[in-house]
Amino acid sequence: MSLANYEEKATDFGNPNWVAYQTIVRTEVRRFTRIWVQTMIPPAITMTLYFIIFGSLIGRRIGEMGGFDYMAYIVPGLIMMSVITNSYANVSSSFFGAKFGKFIEEMLVSPISNQTILLGYVTGGVARAVFVGIIVTILSLFFTHLAIHNILAVVSITLLTAVLFSLLGFINGVYAKRFDDVSIVPTFVLTPLTYLGGVFFSIDLLPDFWAGVAQLNPILYVVNAFRFGILGVSDISLGWAYGILISMTVVAYVIAVRLLANGAGVRS
Amino acid sequence: MSYALEINSLKKTYDNGFEALKGIDLTVEKGDFFALLGPNGAGKSTTIGILCSLVNKSSGSVKVMGYDIDHDFGMAKRHLGVVPQEFNFNQFEKTQNILINTAGYHGIPRAEATPRIEHYLKRLGLWDKRDNPSRALSGGMKRRLLIARALVHQPDLLILDEPTAGVDIELRRGMWDFLTEINNQGTTIILTTHYLEEAEALCRNVSIINHGEIIANSSTRDLLASLHTVTFVCDLAAPIDSVPVIEGYECALPDAMTLEVEVDKGQSLNEVFAALSAHQVSVTSMRTKTNRLEELFVSMTSGDSK
Ligand SMILES: Nc1ncnc2c1ncn2[C@@H]1O[C@H](COP(=O)(O)OP(=O)(O)O)[C@@H](O)[C@H]1O
Ligand SMILES: [Mg+2]
Repeated sequence: MSLANYEEKATDFGNPNWVAYQTIVRTEVRRFTRIWVQTMIPPAITMTLYFIIFGSLIGRRIGEMGGFDYMAYIVPGLIMMSVITNSYANVSSSFFGAKFGKFIEEMLVSPISNQTILLGYVTGGVARAVFVGIIVTILSLFFTHLAIHNILAVVSITLLTAVLFSLLGFINGVYAKRFDDVSIVPTFVLTPLTYLGGVFFSIDLLPDFWAGVAQLNPILYVVNAFRFGILGVSDISLGWAYGILISMTVVAYVIAVRLLANGAGVRS
Repeated sequence: MSYALEINSLKKTYDNGFEALKGIDLTVEKGDFFALLGPNGAGKSTTIGILCSLVNKSSGSVKVMGYDIDHDFGMAKRHLGVVPQEFNFNQFEKTQNILINTAGYHGIPRAEATPRIEHYLKRLGLWDKRDNPSRALSGGMKRRLLIARALVHQPDLLILDEPTAGVDIELRRGMWDFLTEINNQGTTIILTTHYLEEAEALCRNVSIINHGEIIANSSTRDLLASLHTVTFVCDLAAPIDSVPVIEGYECALPDAMTLEVEVDKGQSLNEVFAALSAHQVSVTSMRTKTNRLEELFVSMTSGDSK
């Protein structure tokens, strides 16, 4: 078909979509590193404050949670919180910015496939999430000792979470019409869900009814699966966590590709 | 034969119900230098938007260099370069990076793109600004950056949407020379413009679009030849206070020292001068009024000549 045809023409320098993908990723990484004061510093400060206030000051009075010292218990959730916010924010604001500045048109008039555009943005979001995740992890080492229980779970849950929230951020960016629209979801949805998602407590502490309600919160699965990777404890079954995260990622991916194909928010 | 651009019954109704294109047909031959003329809101940018997939068409078909934009979009886009009416690059990005990125989006790796980019930056007078963010460029430079960007993937068809709007005369001449040069090298060029002298100076063929319909389509020369009337502006030796009546000719007196005479094709200037002599009006010099293409344009788009 068309694309195959096109690729044939371009074989002298490999698959054009691969070059295009690298170009988008490079641009995305350059963007968030160029504005590092806005992208890297705030999570480092916020998380350090969490470590000091909840971990050191309040945590000392709480004692143990789930068999661990409170500081050690909350660190995995806080790392995931950074991964979630940063992947989401990176893609939603970058895509909205490209729409707002109209330079998204540079991609739309080029022969790149929609999936390449999407994967490029998602990779940018994952890159920032991993970057910030590592910074926060290093900072946490000043406050607690981290032994990794299962490296495979740590890596896979980090990537899966970053991909999922990059996709959700992308969908947000597609629908956003003003800059405010990019911050509404993080403020009114992501932050509350993160607090209720078991970052600071085990849902075993909740009454049965609320423990049931909490299971509707996808962030609960992220936090617990990651905590399992680090500490080896989880409030919920790991199989469930992976199943839910993978299905949500697939659904978000399909929606995002559809939106791009229809030109939602970018074509008239 | 296959055309550089082939548009069939193209229609566009925007979401708000406005019918911007009412079924246009247009063909542009390979190698042509073609003008799409029309007043504001005629549908020029809508047409171009559809060609480069920024606007979804409602119906009809479009082929770029023989490739259908629905079924062969990769090849169609590969062969098309577009200079949009508005600046649509990242204002914070360095001038050179904008071109490297666009090359990348077209699948051209940096190493391959770099010499080409250097060529266009130098040719278009942007080389010294390559490391400056694009927002620091002047308006004319930004326009030239758009042109360089449209050329990095070496399209066979280059479309420019009002490329010289807001560009001063001197720079406009430079841009004309550049466009003529790449047209001579084989690139088909289509431009939309408000400067009608531009179409006359550059373009071999012209279409006139108005209210989403093509109302004229022919060679620039034929269109000009079909022009019925020429208005001559005569400077008078002495002031007169009333318009002289010349049988069969329309006259006007914008001021006491200037007489305008409309001369239809087939009519004779000798007749005019004989009549003026009879009225004792003495003409010291004479020129044609405005651009002929502009008159043509006005007469065709005024509505009653449809
Ligand atoms: N996104 C849009 N929604 C609704 N109407 C539009 C939109 N874009 C353009 N139009 C209308 O379509 C008509 C043609 O516009 P356009 O193609 O930009 O004209 P031109 O480029 O010839 O000046 C205008 O009346 C314009 O107001
Ligand atoms: Mg326009």
